[in-house]
Amino acid sequence: MSTRVDPQPITEDRPTVQIGRSIPRLESLEKVTGETEYIHHLRLPHMLYGKIFRSSVAHGRILKLDTRAARELPGVAAVITGADVCALIPEPYYGPAFHDQPVLAIDKVRYVGEPVAVALSEDPHLAEHAANLIEAEYEELPAVFDEVEAAAATDTFVHDALKPAGTFPDLKHLQGRTKTNVALDFSLRHNDAERGFEQADYIFEHVFRTPAAIHAAMEPIVAVGEPRGSSAVTIHTSSQSPSFVRTEVARLLGWPENHVRVRTAFLGGGFGAKLYIKLEALVAVLALLVKRPVKIALTMEEQFYTITKHATTVRMKSGVTKAGKVVARRCEAWWNGGAYADIGPRVTQKSGFTAAGPYDIENVSLDSYAVYTNLPPAGAFRGFGIPQLVWAYESHTDIIARELELDPLEFRRANILRNGRPQATGTIMRDTATVEVLDTLERAMDWKAPRDPGDGNVRRGRGVAIGFKACIAPTTSVAIVNIYGDGSCAVYCGTVDMGQGSDTAMAQIAAEVLGLDPRAISVIHPDTDVTPYDMATLGSRSTFHMGNAVRLAALDAREKLFIMAGKALGCDPGLLSAAGGCVRAPDGRQLSVGEVIKSGFLMQAGNLIGSGSFRPTYTSPSHGDGQSSDITPFWMVGAVGADVEVDMETGHVRVTRLVSVADVGTVINPAIVTRQLNGGAVMQLGLTMSEALRFDHGQVTNASLADYKIPGILDVPAEIFAEAAPGCQHSGPFGAKGAGETGTFAVSPAIANAIHDATGVRIYDLPLTPEVVYRALRAAQHNPLENEL
Amino acid sequence: MKHSISVTVNGAKWTGEVEPRTLLVYFLRDTLGLTGTHVGCDTSSCGACTVLLDGRSVKSCTLLAVQADGASVTTIEGIGDAEHLHPVQSAFWEEHGLQCGYCTPGMIVSACDLLQRNPDPTEDEIRAAISGNLCRCTGYQNIVKAVQHAAAAMRAAKPARERVGAPAD
Repeated sequence: MSTRVDPQPITEDRPTVQIGRSIPRLESLEKVTGETEYIHHLRLPHMLYGKIFRSSVAHGRILKLDTRAARELPGVAAVITGADVCALIPEPYYGPAFHDQPVLAIDKVRYVGEPVAVALSEDPHLAEHAANLIEAEYEELPAVFDEVEAAAATDTFVHDALKPAGTFPDLKHLQGRTKTNVALDFSLRHNDAERGFEQADYIFEHVFRTPAAIHAAMEPIVAVGEPRGSSAVTIHTSSQSPSFVRTEVARLLGWPENHVRVRTAFLGGGFGAKLYIKLEALVAVLALLVKRPVKIALTMEEQFYTITKHATTVRMKSGVTKAGKVVARRCEAWWNGGAYADIGPRVTQKSGFTAAGPYDIENVSLDSYAVYTNLPPAGAFRGFGIPQLVWAYESHTDIIARELELDPLEFRRANILRNGRPQATGTIMRDTATVEVLDTLERAMDWKAPRDPGDGNVRRGRGVAIGFKACIAPTTSVAIVNIYGDGSCAVYCGTVDMGQGSDTAMAQIAAEVLGLDPRAISVIHPDTDVTPYDMATLGSRSTFHMGNAVRLAALDAREKLFIMAGKALGCDPGLLSAAGGCVRAPDGRQLSVGEVIKSGFLMQAGNLIGSGSFRPTYTSPSHGDGQSSDITPFWMVGAVGADVEVDMETGHVRVTRLVSVADVGTVINPAIVTRQLNGGAVMQLGLTMSEALRFDHGQVTNASLADYKIPGILDVPAEIFAEAAPGCQHSGPFGAKGAGETGTFAVSPAIANAIHDATGVRIYDLPLTPEVVYRALRAAQHNPLENEL
Repeated sequence: MKHSISVTVNGAKWTGEVEPRTLLVYFLRDTLGLTGTHVGCDTSSCGACTVLLDGRSVKSCTLLAVQADGASVTTIEGIGDAEHLHPVQSAFWEEHGLQCGYCTPGMIVSACDLLQRNPDPTEDEIRAAISGNLCRCTGYQNIVKAVQHAAAAMRAAKPARERVGAPAD
């Protein structure tokens, strides 16, 4: 097996054949004919459907749970509660960072919508009817909803004690901590921010907020538990992290990992909603309790009670010199994590350390708090916290530039963090095209071109913003490349294709190494009994991590192929090359890959198996000051330019042009990357213009796509395009790095900055609904509307 | 009490009993096994379940199966298969008009509805026609391109004389 833990430079300098080609996506044929497999379609013999009975209070002690009427309904197979779960698993609490979330509520409920019991029937309608017959009585407890208030609370606590999972060394000190809603506080100190403020000529300070939101993947979360006797289980799930699901469900059950099989199909979108444990522990437990396969398919409404995007409050303070240099920045970020930590503490730290922005600032002080509240849990959401931070630091940066009467783009370029300079963690930035991204954006949107500011009721403006993200570390990906007896080839990898096009990218990488047509390579989907370990499909890590693992596995397989071919051709294997589906000797003789295998196994038989494992280097940030010499394997950079029209009479904002520029390293498939960038930008457009979960005492009041508006085609600007800036990540496969989130980073502040450019009015809280904009316009006219939000 | 219905789905006639509460989408998926029609929101917002009912696009989660009694239904499986791709299907594949694929069958059915009524739509007409179908992945640009591409391919495939006098809408 080829194992690399160090970023390896590109060793092959020959021109590539498959890299940079926009071949059609391998899986798309089945998607246009409706034949694609989604777990949503799965039905197994004797399968039961589960419907969840959920908490109706935000915080309360369960006094009584009456399931009798539900159990007695004809056709109901069982009704399962937390007590039943405890009979199978004494400590049924799960989570990637904290073991705080029960499979079903035990003793207490901590948010409206928390699963309390499940009714099971062969008929999903009956299961739903039965769930509606369950009754619960609660002793209601005081609840906390706002992240800043909850962090400071002295008498209302969501959890009695913190229960870190033990997976992450930097959380261990939190074990058993009581009387707090702060799950994790992360601090970073880079030089001396206070001294920096003293040296500055101007001080700017603002607070920015973003609301909770939901992923709204078109395929709602679904999982099927299938018992295999009493000591093994298969979980079919729409999961982005099958390896984690296996490890965590095995831990809950006290079983070895090889007793738990987790498989996925294609996912109808993910965006972070389908990570870690969602329904998997529940369906596994239900299946083992009733000894039958159990399927739970959430409705779109139920997704609103399952996982959300962190609402945030971010305070930014900057010290700036008369020359326009930012010399100090202090950031405080509060992350509203809801009732269970999920991956929130990682968001708090991994994104928290970038909160000062992609700028070269000598003195930085950051504090980032993961806060428990009595709201639905918040977790990973495309961008992993970065869009919330970029909203704050790029609105703040724009205010500074405009108040100092500096060109906003020039001001950013003058302060931008360049390769060779330390980021706030102390890690030296490399292979990061910050300057190229700004330059490309300036050209792509013709930034300095004269523009019509409008007059009367319609005002026009233009804004820019830039954000960056560190790829999560340290994580491992393992891949296998298998060449079959006829010379056909498959890649076994745990990367979940949820629409990002990873199957096609992995096939292109393997094809490049093996000299094959990528369309002839099949990609085996995650099945923990078949495919090797992969940390998860998240955080734009797959192209880099799994891409490197696939490349190493293909090199390993090619080495074996060349040894076999060398014998058949009577040639030194080191002189052979692979191209056009053949192995070629320097004298021009060649054998097809199938002929090579036949020469070795004497018939159409056998396998040539290559494997590759990739884990980049990493140095943990030191506790207290957050400093690290090696905080991330690569940085992603995304900038956006926006043109807007603001209707001064209604507050309605029309985005007329949206330009995205990103550093994605070498582009493997330009058509797929462009879709990812534009798709990310439009998703973030929704989160900018309309999307926000609304709560009434913890109850979501807009839990449907009718009331919670994601962008439809009529909401999308007529002019929208994306471009990759020139860049190369030398440690990536053929120079590539992640692209799945980059398009989202800078959309929100670019639009708000354009609104300011058009109207002179600054908005500090997302989303930029007509009401919010109109109220801000009226307030600026010293004529505020009544009934303030 | 079950109701007896007779419905033609993708050209094949089906007669049998359904529960009155059964939505058309669940009849197609669970009774007939036609899982190409997807369920997204269950509340007629997303359009993933779009099918043709007597030639016009409908959201099949908005109709009961009994309402399709006597009607003809075309699902994505009836639009074309891998060996006989409809030009709209080819265009979505070739023009990268999809990502996760979950909204794709509904998008394709809506586009087919448009193009059979209006073989040469403007970009605005395309946008209006698929405004009832949500996509969370692509940002829509290549869906528009795919429909334009399909329209051109279908017009090119049709003999010119058939286009004379075609409706101008």
